[in-house]
Amino acid sequence: MSKAATSLPRSIGAHAVLLTYTVIALFPVLVIVVNSFKSRNAIFRSPLSLPTSETFDLIGYQTVMAQGDFVQYFQNSLTVTVASLFFVLLFGAMAAFALSEYRFKGNTMMGLYLALGIMIPIRLGTVAILQLMVASGLVNTLTALILVYTAQGLPLAVFILSEFMKQVSDDLKNAGRIDGLSEYRIFFRLVLPLVRPAMATVAVFTMIPIWNDLWFPLILAPSEATKTVTLGAQVFIGQFVTNWNAVLAALSLAILPVLILYFFFSRQLIRGITSGAVK
Amino acid sequence: MSQQSLEHSQDRRPTRWHIAVFLAPALLVYTAVMILPLFGTLQLSLFRSIDNSQVFTGFDNFRTLFGDPRWSASFWNALGNNTWFFIIHMLVQNPIGVMLAALLSSPQLRFSAFYRTAIFIPTILSFVIVGFAWKLILSPLWGVAPNLLDLVGLKSLFVPWLGKEEYALTTLSLISVWQFVGIPMMLIYAAMLSIPEEVIEAAECDGVTGFSQFWKIKLPLILPSIGIISILTFVGNFNAFDLIYSAQGALAGPNYSTDILGTFLYRTFFGFQLQTGDPNMGATIASMMFFIILAGVCLYLFLIQTRLRRYQF
Repeated sequence: MSKAATSLPRSIGAHAVLLTYTVIALFPVLVIVVNSFKSRNAIFRSPLSLPTSETFDLIGYQTVMAQGDFVQYFQNSLTVTVASLFFVLLFGAMAAFALSEYRFKGNTMMGLYLALGIMIPIRLGTVAILQLMVASGLVNTLTALILVYTAQGLPLAVFILSEFMKQVSDDLKNAGRIDGLSEYRIFFRLVLPLVRPAMATVAVFTMIPIWNDLWFPLILAPSEATKTVTLGAQVFIGQFVTNWNAVLAALSLAILPVLILYFFFSRQLIRGITSGAVK
Repeated sequence: MSQQSLEHSQDRRPTRWHIAVFLAPALLVYTAVMILPLFGTLQLSLFRSIDNSQVFTGFDNFRTLFGDPRWSASFWNALGNNTWFFIIHMLVQNPIGVMLAALLSSPQLRFSAFYRTAIFIPTILSFVIVGFAWKLILSPLWGVAPNLLDLVGLKSLFVPWLGKEEYALTTLSLISVWQFVGIPMMLIYAAMLSIPEEVIEAAECDGVTGFSQFWKIKLPLILPSIGIISILTFVGNFNAFDLIYSAQGALAGPNYSTDILGTFLYRTFFGFQLQTGDPNMGATIASMMFFIILAGVCLYLFLIQTRLRRYQF
């Protein structure tokens, strides 16, 4: 009884706090996107109003399309992200399978060795990574970025995936063995399909930092042909500081793909964080 | 004898090549691109480039970093700023995250999926977007921030926060907090969902509800998650770079007041304006960052986590 009486003001309070914070979280993003559709005068005169038929203007987007090579940058980002993701998932799942399925000498040590990278950021090795890439002639190639991101993503992938692979039933695998499946087939045919949800979680976790990274593109692949969207937007905005339409349009173009992807994957991401990652 | 027969049986077992095949690709990439460069960087910090050849100089680079007044001033400035950056995160980001999670996890709350999704949005954006977006919003040229303050009658409070030495670092820290509050929120939310219902019910039977329930029952139970968040924040903050670089440039202005270890490393390694890049000093700074992060992680693993274990189910 008393619970029902107290819960109304309390839930109003909770909604008020959450709504306030939601506004704080979304407001800056909205301001940028909304103003990117306005003419220069309107951006300054009334930054907080929606574009009307008079103030609607796509001049910023036209400048971005004419000046920046955003299609190329976008392709680069996509190549790097998809390729790194593929290798992280494949190699990570293979290693996780070896660690969780077989008992062999040095199993625990190997697990700890691979887990080291979760805590120690790969950035600290940048000086030597650059030397390595210079020595192997990979500077200003997307391969360099793919290699670095694969190494960066592997530790967490192995850690999460091996937790999940431990739950795959032994009977199933042994039945496969009795039917004469090789260990490789057991992995690819039986285990991989069963851990698909975990793979999706790892994919989202791996993808966001790769897509958003500025440090390695800036250092390993700053050439025009290999710029990623993040670096491209950074350089473009640096050059067009005074052209507010162009800057706002470039920012919006960088925000939108991530937002769209997020709306598709947010359920997966949130479920991933709330189920497996913290236990 | 049993020992002998054990060894014998191990000898007879065929080598299980598939284990090596499964492990090899991950180990190879991870070792070659991550572990070896990490040690390579530590090693480089002990060398000096003289006449285009690397000469072993022991701890000379570290002596320069701490002894030379110019270097040591920059280093301590960056370390101090970085510590402040971290303190703001701990004091603002984590309490807000815990509060939001506590509100979200109440079972009667409606629209909680909407709030969760919306509040997490800044976290998925890149630093470049966040840095520039806030730079524009706080810019005195564009009226957004002054207009907003005007709405609540506080226009006189407006200061170009990013341009003032005394406010810039705090402002940037708060921007970073704005961006990352979703992570502690989600992790704590998950921890709160995993608290067994019997515990909460038992508390309610004893008349412990509302705030005192949060302080006395839930908070002690989510302490391990707060520990994990603290160490994640620590590692993330002491290796931050992107936000400062995109909002303030490599010089981390005004007058180096927002310089943190990441930007200091970048400037030293690549050089900026008149200063030429110096890989060896860069490696020295990276090594210091490595030791700082390692010390933090070890402190967490040996001191905090072992003590928190007790509370876990």
